[in-house]
Amino acid sequence: MHDEDFFWEGVNNNQLLFQRCNECNTLRQPPGPMCPQCQSLNWQPHAAKGTGTVYAWIVSKHPNQHTDEHRIVALIELSEGVRLVSNLQDFPAEQVHEGLAVEVFFQEINGQKLPQFRPARAGV
Amino acid sequence: MTSYMDRTAIVGIGQTEFSKASGRSELQLAAEASKAALADAGLTPADIDGMVTFQLDSNDELDVQRCLGIPELRWTARAPFGGAGASACLQMATAAVASGAAKAVLVYRAFNERSGVRFGQPGTYQLRFPDFHIAYGLDTPAKIYALWYQRYMHKYGVTNEDLGRYVVVAREHAATNPAAWYYNKPITLQDHQQSRWIVEPILRLLDCCQESDGGVAFIVTSVERAKDLRQPGVRVLAATQSHLQGGNIMFDYYRGELADFSEIGAISKQMWNSTGLGPDDIDVALLYENFSPVVFMALEGHGFCKPGEAKDFIKDGNIGMKGKLPVNTNGGLLGEGYIHGVNNILEGVRQIRGSAANQVPGAEHVLVSASRSAAILGKL
Repeated sequence: MHDEDFFWEGVNNNQLLFQRCNECNTLRQPPGPMCPQCQSLNWQPHAAKGTGTVYAWIVSKHPNQHTDEHRIVALIELSEGVRLVSNLQDFPAEQVHEGLAVEVFFQEINGQKLPQFRPARAGV
Repeated sequence: MTSYMDRTAIVGIGQTEFSKASGRSELQLAAEASKAALADAGLTPADIDGMVTFQLDSNDELDVQRCLGIPELRWTARAPFGGAGASACLQMATAAVASGAAKAVLVYRAFNERSGVRFGQPGTYQLRFPDFHIAYGLDTPAKIYALWYQRYMHKYGVTNEDLGRYVVVAREHAATNPAAWYYNKPITLQDHQQSRWIVEPILRLLDCCQESDGGVAFIVTSVERAKDLRQPGVRVLAATQSHLQGGNIMFDYYRGELADFSEIGAISKQMWNSTGLGPDDIDVALLYENFSPVVFMALEGHGFCKPGEAKDFIKDGNIGMKGKLPVNTNGGLLGEGYIHGVNNILEGVRQIRGSAANQVPGAEHVLVSASRSAAILGKL
């Protein structure tokens, strides 16, 4: 039993879930057993809209293996106000910028389904 | 002064060579460095009754005790975290001596961090999978921290070339420090800019600290005892930690504005308040840098310049030996070696004693900052 088990169950069902405190409604990420605002142990999973913006980013690439496929690692600020580290796909690394609007999708990577992000479609 | 500070001193320092392949056990490195610290202080093993090291250190206190022939230990403590706890070791030793829990505390840190378990390689950080970071490609410290530095560099318009200007100074200092891994090997800004990218466009190879084999040790005892010992004692004017709500040692992504290293500001406030000193009183600053951007955040956080101005502070020549604030006079962890930041405490002691390879004349106050723990050393 780990505090983040619910998160990965959600991901396996194509859902992005965050803990929401039952007492003060504060969302938290990364997961934890207790609300940092009010110390309540009561929470429930809250399904995020899956939209947000890029706050910070790097390109992850092995410096010695030039054949290594790079991944953009981005710190996403979700519309709900929590942050999540993920990858940004379908976008050129040199054009990533702070505030880029993104949306979640789910993809299996190295045998594990993960939340991934891509530029938000217009109107989303 | 109401704190327990100001009643203790560092009376002995010892170290092994800093290398890439020590050819001996981590325990031997710890024992050699500790023996050297005892000899430096003029103390015997029977004088030591306390020990402090890192939570991450592989050397069991009782094994070190057995090596050195210490009859009885009455105090042990370990500093949490990695390099962020370097100056916390000093705080723990100081608290023990000031409270009477121990009379003399040996602090050691020793590892084969290049020939043994390398910190810089993927896979060193064993977490369950999937997780919130490594699964996405943040698999080395360079990448983990670069995601945070990116925000700093973006907000203040800092370029990798700006980082290089710090590295050139650190390597200049290392070049004239015979104990440094990069002794006699200064670099130019061009060398820095031609070194390969580790995380483009944040960190190049020469922005990264060494992976080093080596051991360091120092001894803390009371100010009264220090006066009778072999070396000029070095007073611990402040040694403290700061950990703020929502922070995280390696994956510090989840709170507020990431461009400002809030703990550095908070720890400075504590130290300026407790000592009555300020940034202008500091003669030498030893600033922990696993990667070069930390120096920039530390210069700003400690108040040596304003937020976003570290790049100009460095460019204007302030951190060299003849500058307003010589920084990392031993060459830093990039140039001297990476003994998890504890080697900077030894350099602080040498600066106050007046025995450093790159001595700042008349240094009276030295800041040894590991960002989340920090100390100010002064004369006895």
